Amino acid sequence: MKEFAMIYRSEPMGEIKLTADGNLEISKEWENWMGGIAAQNKLVSPGMRLGNEGRTVKPGNIITNGPYAEVKEIVGGLSIFRAESIEEALEMAKSCPMLNVPHGNVEIRDIIQMNG
Amino acid sequence: MQEKELIPYLYRTEFRKITAVLCRSLGIEHISIAEDLVGDTFLLAAETWGLKGIPQNPAAWLYTVAKNKAKDLLKRNALFSQKISPQIQYATDDNHEIEIDLSVQNIQDSQLQMMFAICYPGIPPEAQIGLSLRILCSFSIDEIADAFLTNKETINKRLYRAKEKLKQDNVKIELPSENEIDKRIENVLTTLYLLFNEGYYSSNNNAVLRKDLCLEAMRLTHMLTENEATNKPAVNALLALMCFHASRFEARVDSNGELILYEDQDTSLWDNELILQGERYLNRASTGNHLSKYHWEAAIAYWHTTTNNEKQKWEKILSLYNQLLMMEYSPIAALNRTYALSKVYGNEEAIIEAEKLNLDNNHLYHCLLGELYSEIDIQKAIEHLQHALKLSRVAADKKVIKNKINKLGKLKNV
Repeated sequence: MKEFAMIYRSEPMGEIKLTADGNLEISKEWENWMGGIAAQNKLVSPGMRLGNEGRTVKPGNIITNGPYAEVKEIVGGLSIFRAESIEEALEMAKSCPMLNVPHGNVEIRDIIQMNG
Repeated sequence: MQEKELIPYLYRTEFRKITAVLCRSLGIEHISIAEDLVGDTFLLAAETWGLKGIPQNPAAWLYTVAKNKAKDLLKRNALFSQKISPQIQYATDDNHEIEIDLSVQNIQDSQLQMMFAICYPGIPPEAQIGLSLRILCSFSIDEIADAFLTNKETINKRLYRAKEKLKQDNVKIELPSENEIDKRIENVLTTLYLLFNEGYYSSNNNAVLRKDLCLEAMRLTHMLTENEATNKPAVNALLALMCFHASRFEARVDSNGELILYEDQDTSLWDNELILQGERYLNRASTGNHLSKYHWEAAIAYWHTTTNNEKQKWEKILSLYNQLLMMEYSPIAALNRTYALSKVYGNEEAIIEAEKLNLDNNHLYHCLLGELYSEIDIQKAIEHLQHALKLSRVAADKKVIKNKINKLGKLKNV
């Protein structure tokens, strides 16, 4: 089995809902999708949701505000799955709720382990 | 109480207390000696009480005799080791009276400390459970063999090896330090969880024994909640989980000792007192910022005890299984999640998800598919159940599956 990163992208989605204890409020759709992957023992890590605050630093000390100055889509988060091949990982991504939002897409990348 | 009943009763309640105290006084390398001493004490009680009658305070009599036996042994050993070895492990000098403290507090402390010593990751889980039953629950070797559906020799060997390992690794009989306790308690909880499951799900036909295992697991978990150092949220969550499950004891077995599935149970037989207790422990578990898997499982078990809103109940259960699985995978959670999914989104949806689970060798997987197909494709349902029957090794399970097949067979022929 190999590991793959699922990188979720979409239009900036505005305010992120949090639960009373400060965690991400996950929608039923996402929870069922992720739960289904986990039930196949193919979820390595639910990963993380990225927030809306951001800066980008470029050579020459050029700093831009936010990750979305010039783009229609931003990275909203990522998870790590386990699959035999990228084709299998792709199949899993096909039912991702990210595909139901404007400009939503999932990029699947193989993961190369680093030592240490 | 007559002598005939009194001694077995005292054996159950006092053996474990005296043994724990003696183990602590003699050290981990002498668990067997402690067991033998207490065993001898009970033999002497049986002989003496038969002739002279039952003493006024039988438990105190046992304590005194066991204490004297231990002191004699320590004295003999002290002389012995002084001559042979300059390194005396546990003997004291002659001016010092040997302390064997059988006060309520020390009994309680010793039992807790023994719990941590026995639930030592260096020995296999079934040996941890076996030793717990022996040392912490006063089970005889025969009873343990019954519980594991094996013979005395196997259990004796298993426990012997475990005790040797504890000795070799010089496991300390003590409560772990405050920094360490969260990590060490995980292992204790795993053993108690397995002990409970051994009773709740085991293949044993002896319903009384099975219930006993569950009650012992609950008693030991409760003991952890009584000490400030060990009264952790995860402990309360585990105890809540046990209470919720135990609330269905009476409803899940019929008069012939056969298993009644959750869906078919008479809910008026569920024990409300235990459900309320479970709720109390679950509330107490809701502190701190770490959620253990027992928290999720207790919450799932809680929703199983509710009957007033089926839709909400299964939505909650599905959501909790999703979250449990995201934290830790287990085949049984994956199967139960899929069952909950069928309750919320229907069987067809659930079949698609079930067939992705890759649990073809698991009899419960085929039971689930048998259930899900039963309203859609009877032939397919029967095939899955027959497959399950082949894979199942437990008589009670086989019976449930056979009944299902027969029922579906009749429907098919209509």
